[in-house]
Amino acid sequence: MRELNVAEITDAVAEMFVHANYFLGEDVSECLSACASAEESEIARSVFGSIEENLKIAAEGVFPICQDTGMACVFLEIGQDVHLTGGDLHEAVNEGVRRGCAEGYLRQTIVEDPFRRKNTKDSTPADINIDIVPGDKVKVTVAPKGFGSENMSQIRMLTPGEGVEGAEDFIVKVCEDAGGRPCPPIVVGVGIGGNFNKAALMAKKALLRPIGQHNEDPFYAEMEERLLTRINDLGIGPQGFGGSTTALAVNVIAAPTHIAGLPVAVNINCHVSRHEEITL
Amino acid sequence: MQHTITEPFTKEKLSVLRAGDSVLLTGTIYAARDAAHKRLTEMIADGEPLPLQIENQVFYYMGPTPARPGYPIGSAGPTTSYRMDSFTPTLLKLGLTGMIGKGPRGDEVKNCAREEGAVYFAAIGGAGALIAQSIQASEVVAFAETGTEAIRKLYVKDMPLIVAYDAEGGDVYDR
Repeated sequence: MRELNVAEITDAVAEMFVHANYFLGEDVSECLSACASAEESEIARSVFGSIEENLKIAAEGVFPICQDTGMACVFLEIGQDVHLTGGDLHEAVNEGVRRGCAEGYLRQTIVEDPFRRKNTKDSTPADINIDIVPGDKVKVTVAPKGFGSENMSQIRMLTPGEGVEGAEDFIVKVCEDAGGRPCPPIVVGVGIGGNFNKAALMAKKALLRPIGQHNEDPFYAEMEERLLTRINDLGIGPQGFGGSTTALAVNVIAAPTHIAGLPVAVNINCHVSRHEEITL
Repeated sequence: MQHTITEPFTKEKLSVLRAGDSVLLTGTIYAARDAAHKRLTEMIADGEPLPLQIENQVFYYMGPTPARPGYPIGSAGPTTSYRMDSFTPTLLKLGLTGMIGKGPRGDEVKNCAREEGAVYFAAIGGAGALIAQSIQASEVVAFAETGTEAIRKLYVKDMPLIVAYDAEGGDVYDR
């Protein structure tokens, strides 16, 4: 059995947590450029200009892209033939977040209790999601998630009878309700099926898919395109000032569900849609 | 329309602004977000002395990343404003003339801003590195124990803003 010291996971998390906060993925920045050139309104174009300039300054490595350097959402796909050594896996991930927060001058963004709200001063604990998969590798994904957009996310337990139309109407309504608040242009992660908790997790995982890639199932790929068109037709535009770009992408993940149910979760991300991955 | 606005941020000076106008703001403003709003309004309700004077001030809804050595501040973009809505009328009635944040707000804030002659500015959300370039000085003046949520006195030069709600009730998000 392959052995992997969790210290390697700590290093990977620290490095990716910092890097993701200074360098936006090319899929997102290229989509932003393409949308910018399609905008007709002056105010929308000026917002895109500021976003582009902001990314250039951040890439110099002094100022993070956004002051909300995010809750560290960490996804681990652990091969079942890997034996993790060197200590507690969860603590290893949190140590990576702690180190990244300090070394990268990231914001201390987490409070230890939702009501008493004392800052943990190192952005821990991370949101850690673990899947056991075949093989002897460990895939580590780090996605710092801002809460301006997280706060605009919703879940609803639809009935099977509401079908595609009901689901799509709900997803569009969530984006309409969010309006200019989540820093549009947004990325929309959608989880459909499963149960209450699984739908929400699928919605978050859907945000990890590179922009431009569609669901492999043509049924859902077409749904993603329809939803993107409808959301952009809302006219909310960059920052809510009006324009043709409200969303950059809609990513749907679906899963088997109960005969009585049609859960739909919508996780909104801002234009600073950050995620990095490495396989160890 | 482009404007350059310098302190003091009086209602008279801000009254010329219209929703959708671009503004370059220069002067002293205060960063205050969720925790600071809660505490300030509690202090006001209890009749306690405040750590800063509210009249003719501009509040920036922002919690920065830590400053690197040699820089006044880290990344410093706006946070979403609606979370401050329930605390805002109290501050507007004490003479707060400007607010900087992002995203539309509730009708109560919009109406109160119009009644009081205050202006709500939008900064570009997610452009914290860019906005940091216009912040020349930063000093924690209250609630230091809350970390990034402390009240900070900022000196900004040509801070790029859009007028979101003007003092006449104009609204950039209505378009």
